[in-house]
Amino acid sequence: MTVCVFLGCTFVAFGPAAALFVLTVARDPLRVIFLIAGAFFWLVSLLVSALVWFITVQMSNRDSAAQQKGLLIFGVVLSVLLQEAFRFAYYRLLKKANDGLLALSQEDTMPITICQLAYVSGLGFGFMSGAFSVVNILSDSVGPGTVGIHGDSQHYFISSAFMTLAIILLHMFWGVVFFDACERRRWWVLSAVVLSHLLVSCLTFVNPQYEGSLIPTYIIVCVMAGWAFSRAGGSLRNLRLCLTCKDKDFLLANHRPR
Amino acid sequence: IYSPRVLLRVKPSVNSLYLDVSGSSVEQKIYIELKNTVPCVRLLNATHQIGCQSSISGDTGVLHVLETEADLDWILSTGPHPPYMVLMEATFFTRPTMMRMKNSTRVAGVAVINSNTTAVESFSPHTSCPNQNTGVYREDYGPDLANCSSTVWNPLGNSMSYEDFTFPIFSLKDDNQTQVMRKCYEDHNMRVNGSAPQYPLCAMQLFSHMHAVTDTVTCMRRAEVCDPLSDFNVWASIRPINASAKGHKNNESVVIAAARLDGRSFFWDIGTSAEGTVSGIVTLLAAAHALYPVTQEAPPVRNIFFTFFQGETFDYIGSSRMVYDMKQDKFVINLDNVHSVLEIGQVGLRNGQKLWMHTDPVSRKNSTVDEEVINLVDNIKSVASTLNVSLDEPNTTQALPPSSFQRFLRVQPIPGVVLADHKSSFINRYYESLYDTAAYLNMTYPSDLSPEEQMEYETEASKVSRSARLPDQHCQGTYTSNSSYIGTKTFSHCISCSLSLSPSLFQMAKLLYGFLVRSNNSWFSSLLPPEAGAKGRSSILESGPPQYYIGLRQDNSVKSVTRFVQFVMANATGTVTSLNQIQCQNPNDVPGESKDLYSYHWVSGPPSANSTEGDPYCVRTSVRLAKALSPAFELPEYGSREYSTWTESRWKTIRARIFLVASPQLEMLTLGVGVTVLLVSLVLTYFISSKAELLFSSTHETPNTTY
Repeated sequence: MTVCVFLGCTFVAFGPAAALFVLTVARDPLRVIFLIAGAFFWLVSLLVSALVWFITVQMSNRDSAAQQKGLLIFGVVLSVLLQEAFRFAYYRLLKKANDGLLALSQEDTMPITICQLAYVSGLGFGFMSGAFSVVNILSDSVGPGTVGIHGDSQHYFISSAFMTLAIILLHMFWGVVFFDACERRRWWVLSAVVLSHLLVSCLTFVNPQYEGSLIPTYIIVCVMAGWAFSRAGGSLRNLRLCLTCKDKDFLLANHRPR
Repeated sequence: IYSPRVLLRVKPSVNSLYLDVSGSSVEQKIYIELKNTVPCVRLLNATHQIGCQSSISGDTGVLHVLETEADLDWILSTGPHPPYMVLMEATFFTRPTMMRMKNSTRVAGVAVINSNTTAVESFSPHTSCPNQNTGVYREDYGPDLANCSSTVWNPLGNSMSYEDFTFPIFSLKDDNQTQVMRKCYEDHNMRVNGSAPQYPLCAMQLFSHMHAVTDTVTCMRRAEVCDPLSDFNVWASIRPINASAKGHKNNESVVIAAARLDGRSFFWDIGTSAEGTVSGIVTLLAAAHALYPVTQEAPPVRNIFFTFFQGETFDYIGSSRMVYDMKQDKFVINLDNVHSVLEIGQVGLRNGQKLWMHTDPVSRKNSTVDEEVINLVDNIKSVASTLNVSLDEPNTTQALPPSSFQRFLRVQPIPGVVLADHKSSFINRYYESLYDTAAYLNMTYPSDLSPEEQMEYETEASKVSRSARLPDQHCQGTYTSNSSYIGTKTFSHCISCSLSLSPSLFQMAKLLYGFLVRSNNSWFSSLLPPEAGAKGRSSILESGPPQYYIGLRQDNSVKSVTRFVQFVMANATGTVTSLNQIQCQNPNDVPGESKDLYSYHWVSGPPSANSTEGDPYCVRTSVRLAKALSPAFELPEYGSREYSTWTESRWKTIRARIFLVASPQLEMLTLGVGVTVLLVSLVLTYFISSKAELLFSSTHETPNTTY
């Protein structure tokens, strides 16, 4: 659909993630490293689930459409479970690396808090997941044609871009909530995260009814945003103070020596 | 970068397989690739470029079907979504329409639907005076006959093949794909109650970018941008002649029996050329079949050279090369060895009327030449009078029609006759076009015959002149055109003996079938070498008729039609030997065989009871191939006015596809939404990160106890 659509969809899908990266992550090399490691962990989880799916497809009956659809659903569920498992594995790895990091750092305190680690690793997961979701769609959007000659909906590209945006944000929020729950050993929170991930992934089977998949997904994005905000240390009071610009007095009053 | 266009042309099914495998699923949602399309490509000569080309990334346009005059106005002036891609039936593919489109900026390309059902009254995209600058008539030779001033040979010619179009023109068959295109047009692009159609609209993109520009001189200067048209002439002699000794041969007087081997159409690499070319080829081949056995029993005084010239459509490539080689003493004989020339022109549409003998009035001003020509004409007439064939000479001041004989006359006055079915202008309504097919010559078969049965079936065309039973010393049999018989009897008079000839009727039917309907038949397969036959690795047989466009030669390969003629002639004028395959490749080792006098070929042989593949044998024949590359590329003199300088451009991709396009407003909206999201997220992120200490302060009441 030409360069305009390509640029528009790229900005929608990766704009917020790029903004977050440039403004909050890029300045601190340690955060960059952990972001890339997080992306790598997501990639490995995708590889494993792709391998399992490929093997099952080879063994299955190619001609039966129902069986192929069933296999696809199985593949999606397996992939979600594997992603969350690798997120947990990354958490364990980071905890083990804590001592090493403390020894390496020249200050007495941790150079990076677990909350920041959660955010950065979630963002890494999100980047990789978004890339694999949308890059091949973007590459086809550069051509002169748009989807529709076989009767599909015309809004394929922009819907895919918004879905990718939602997934990236969700991965970030899930990362924060997940790590916090692991810290406090609240296992029911973990299952809530896994279930919401499953819900969002399975909502995509409703496509091409884009309203049916995008609206519930964005509702979940808002819910997870609020949850992550509260886990990360935010509260309504802070938000109100921030917005009404009474922050200067507050900071001076609560100033703690670092 | 060299283009794999032979692969594209010869094996379209393989190409489509690659497309299916490599296209991603998103691409398949968007585009429908059109298969079996034939482009019009760019050809260049010393001064001009002709043909069509697209821009390097293809030309896209909104599809519009041209059915009425109102549609033409919509495309050229009133339609709101230019540029348009025009889809038209063959009846609209005329010069006025195409010229109007050529001058308009609102046309992105044209696709012509070529269906078997709609018949065009007449269509000849060739010039009205074929090969006018490279023939024999010029300022110093018959100036009043030059440039068709006295006779316009192809009056129906509209010269469309020789125009330079800046947009691509493709030809499509009328099949399922065309139905899909029409459906796409009807669903999205039709006007509803006179108002303009709404986006998304159905569009088409054509890729046919040509690398060469301007003319041959420019493109040959740059490497790997164009290639000269070339192939091989086929010649065979009744009496073997030493092919290693070039130049004048003593005591050798030769009659050249010539026909042309090629044709063309507006589009690339197709040209069935039934009346224009095949009628002559088949006639000459049948004459060779009939004459050879008899000349072995009663050897004639003069030798006969059966010669098939390739590339005559493009300013006489083959004949100019042979004449040049004769002059340079690089050919087996010299022009002084040539006694006379008898050429078979277009002879397929005679339909019971007269056959005409054309001669050159200017050379006949010389009395010796005139005497010989009169002799020749009388011989022919006397033969024809014994059959029910009427022959006549047209007005003696009329010029010679475009023929290979003209290139011989350019160098030396030689007596000669060109046989044709037209008195002055061509009666061929489809000269050098797609419609000059077997159907035009009334070659129809009952629908329930298998291909092999069809081959043996005598169509009306081959029955056309069934002559009465004749006295012994003449022939019994029938021919597609009696010119073949005339030809053979004429040769017999030329070579001063009287022969009794009995050519086979089946031979004619098989020849016509193989050259006009289907080359993949058992007879052709038995005449070809095993690897080129039906079951061979590099088979040149196809399920349709052979195409006669000369094309290019990569790695000295030979065009399929040239091979067919070569091996049919080998069968006609050759003998079966008992050599085995190894001896066949090195005949000089065998006593009594000579590679100088003969050429030896290992051929498949007809299938027999005990082997379906056929018993191969070694055939010994005098048939040889002579390179048909214009002397302009040998000298080299790319801007030559005397010789053919035709080249074909190279290209990288030829494809066509259809898809939907969205409105520019929607695209801009998408871009706007994207930019907005990006900016909002940047602002929000900056705001949050600057206030991060405040916003995320509540949980870390005891920061030092976390670790």
